[in-house]
Amino acid sequence: MMSYNGGGRTLDREDESAEAARRAPRRALDEARLRQQAIGVKLRQMFDRVVNEPVPDEFLDILRRHDENAKGGDDS
Amino acid sequence: MTVKAGAATGGADPAMEGRFKRELVALIPHLRAFARTLTGDQASADDLAQDALMKAWDARASYQMGTNMKAWTFMILRNQFYSEKRRSWRQTQLDQDAAERTLVAVDDPQSPVALDELRLGLGMLPAEQREALILVGAGGFAYEEAAEICGCAVGTVKSRVSRARRALQGILETGAYDRDGRSASDAMNSILAAAEHLGQAR
Repeated sequence: MMSYNGGGRTLDREDESAEAARRAPRRALDEARLRQQAIGVKLRQMFDRVVNEPVPDEFLDILRRHDENAKGGDDS
Repeated sequence: MTVKAGAATGGADPAMEGRFKRELVALIPHLRAFARTLTGDQASADDLAQDALMKAWDARASYQMGTNMKAWTFMILRNQFYSEKRRSWRQTQLDQDAAERTLVAVDDPQSPVALDELRLGLGMLPAEQREALILVGAGGFAYEEAAEICGCAVGTVKSRVSRARRALQGILETGAYDRDGRSASDAMNSILAAAEHLGQAR
């Protein structure tokens, strides 16, 4: 499992708490952004799965049939 | 370059028609995908996509070659969907049933759980938010194109998309979509797990 490690920097104690205070809201923001990104990825995946399905023959059949009908002058 | 008006019957330019047809055929997979998100189940989605395909073919004289055919066909499909929907109220009930059937029907071991939950979550959004989010978030349309497809202002699309995003996240996090007793946080967690590499890549 992958996990986020805070970048591995070494800071002295004061810097650390100041840094933590600064980071808290930013982390929440990052988290929200990450969640939205994740949903976006899934959304595209869901859509692309159908896009990548083989097209049923009837789609091309009806287009062909329709085309022939039109040529036969029966374009109602 | 435009298709001559009245070219649909009889004296159409065969080269132009051939090109139109090729481009239209290439869009079929996308039309099927969009239809699936509107109807929620495969059978009625394919019916809808086929109707839209016919409508697009019949209207080929009014299509301006070189403009965005994908947006044009999506608009036809969407109009077809809503005009059918107006004709039958049954459809609104079908939406819900179809979403549940889809959950049961998808028995693909490759299919991540989260996709079905996402589908159910999408099903809970108001239709206009769902379609806006799908067009922009999955269909790859710019806000302007989505606005044209939906026949509304660009700002309206933007606000629908952002409301849809927020609502969907809320649904997935609280498990409000839940119908089968699965634990509430599963959906968001599995979606997050799948996207962890995204966070790493940034």
